Amino acid sequence: MNSRGQLLGLCVLMVILAIGPLLISSGRWIEFLELTLFVAVLGQGWNVLAGYGGQYSFGHAVFFGTGAYIQALLQFKFGWNPWVAMWFAMSGTTLIAAGIGYLSFRYGLRGSYFALITLAFAEAFHVLARSLDSITEGGRGVQLSLNQDPSQAIAEFQFNFAGPFLKTYGFYYTIFIILLITYLLTWLMSNSRFGAQLIAVRENEEAAMALGIDAFRVKMKAICLSAIITSSAGVYYVQKFLFIEPGIAYGPAKSVEALFAPIIGGLGTIVGPLLGSFFIHGVGEVAKEVIVYFVGDRPGVDLIFFGMILILVLAFLPRGLYGLLEMLWLRLRGKHNA
Amino acid sequence: MLEVSGVSKHFGGLKAVSQATLSVPEGKIISLIGPNGAGKTTLFALISGFIKPDEGEIKFQGQSIAGRKPHLICQLGLVRTFQIVRPFANLSVAENIAVAAHIWIAKRTDALLKAAEIAKLVGMDGMLDQSAGALTIAGRKRLELARALATNPKLLLLDEVMAGLNTTEVHEIVDVVRGIRDTGVTILLIEHVMQAVMSLSDYSYVLNQGELIAEGEPRDITRDPNVIEAYLGHGAAKRIAAMEKA
Ligand SMILES: Nc1ncnc2c1ncn2[C@@H]1O[C@H](COP(=O)(O)OP(=O)(O)O)[C@@H](O)[C@H]1O
Ligand SMILES: [Mg+2]
Repeated sequence: MNSRGQLLGLCVLMVILAIGPLLISSGRWIEFLELTLFVAVLGQGWNVLAGYGGQYSFGHAVFFGTGAYIQALLQFKFGWNPWVAMWFAMSGTTLIAAGIGYLSFRYGLRGSYFALITLAFAEAFHVLARSLDSITEGGRGVQLSLNQDPSQAIAEFQFNFAGPFLKTYGFYYTIFIILLITYLLTWLMSNSRFGAQLIAVRENEEAAMALGIDAFRVKMKAICLSAIITSSAGVYYVQKFLFIEPGIAYGPAKSVEALFAPIIGGLGTIVGPLLGSFFIHGVGEVAKEVIVYFVGDRPGVDLIFFGMILILVLAFLPRGLYGLLEMLWLRLRGKHNA
Repeated sequence: MLEVSGVSKHFGGLKAVSQATLSVPEGKIISLIGPNGAGKTTLFALISGFIKPDEGEIKFQGQSIAGRKPHLICQLGLVRTFQIVRPFANLSVAENIAVAAHIWIAKRTDALLKAAEIAKLVGMDGMLDQSAGALTIAGRKRLELARALATNPKLLLLDEVMAGLNTTEVHEIVDVVRGIRDTGVTILLIEHVMQAVMSLSDYSYVLNQGELIAEGEPRDITRDPNVIEAYLGHGAAKRIAAMEKA
């Protein structure tokens, strides 16, 4: 499918996501959608660097967690307004990303070396967040105070005590708007000179260099854009839960979720992370019910289940769900024309 | 346009290129020939910045470029192709060429238009939407050439763009290369297909075991005893001379 086709599909999806929830009143399903979109944003952050740029990070939690911690600490320690803090959260994370990118790309780390160094950074930040007690509050985590004044809901970026509409939909539309902006950014990128050069670096770095592309610079830009997107998910998380601690911020869970969604949905495609996230959480919900029904409440069984799905997708759908949809679409059109 | 003087490179104990000196004047097609393993591709890698010379000087349009980064050298107008082709396999032919055109064209749509133009030049106009990974050897070689051309080079280094092609395909590429030269692009080419070397090049250099052993007009080169020995083994020149006498 060409990029115009992708954009059209994306627009349709966005309209559904904009209107759909208004028809749902069940809080549980709104929560489900929120989580799905949250992981879709996280996944797009990873996808920009890995799917488009071929640089597979295993430690994307470092960007999620740093964004979340800056967002939380600026409010907790200095009483900053969350709407101000978020710009510092995203730009601070971008600086960290530039540092990690510089160290990795300047010394030509590729493939599994890059994966390992990002993993190591996430672990290092995990340890730092736990041990730098005076700055990060250590293992207790950072707990933000709850705003109970409905008139301050928007100013405080907290919707728990807002009016009836914002109370139900406030955080849903927050993550939806973040999704809209980050996906639009990704689309613009993929249709720009920078996007073309990034993909060329993924396909063959030496050929790209021979054709005048500064591979180092292109990868630096990609890791920074990736960090901006991923940290925006961190900002959302902190405002929604008013809490962050080292394990949530920098543990492997977020790193894995960030790469799961685009790999299942379709690497290097705009809608891939969103499709993948819907699939994971949809299947996850069903799996939970089924597992509880058959084997009772055994934590960890759903992880085995996810592992199996990932293996199946990698084996049979190398281009993910997006590739599958594209194939079905082409076949359908072929029949139509015949 | 290009001056290589006294350039050497060794890999461990192996002298891949030693004390190579050659010059490529503007507007000409110069060929670099020699048996397999002679160091031709290594010399290209040295000129285009992919490896740093141990010693020697490389000047392009009067500027020293030895040890400079490949993308900077390309931006100066010196571009290489790879003997082992490196297509962007998951992209279409048009997208492959457009990436190269982006070096001087910022807008995506303009780069794609330029790509279509270049594709026509190398006879790929029917294949724009084909996936580069699905091309035949001949197609890949053309794509390699097209991409290099899209960077708007002043000097083009072609590494065996005719290897593996059949006679008809070789004839077509020879015409394409000559056409490129006629638009004012200078060319340095590595080639094994002697018929192409003879018909295309104005001047030839012969490399053997890392050393330049002969240079001159292509016609004279093929009669040079040193060259015959390099290709056919020790004593070959004498034997051929004897055969010609008899
Ligand atoms: N990166 C490298 N590391 C070690 N040896 C190399 C490397 N590149 C080339 N060589 C060796 O250098 C010699 C010249 O190779 P090459 O330049 O490819 O020759 P040609 O292109 O003339 O066939 C060969 O013996 C080859 O094995
Ligand atoms: Mg070679």
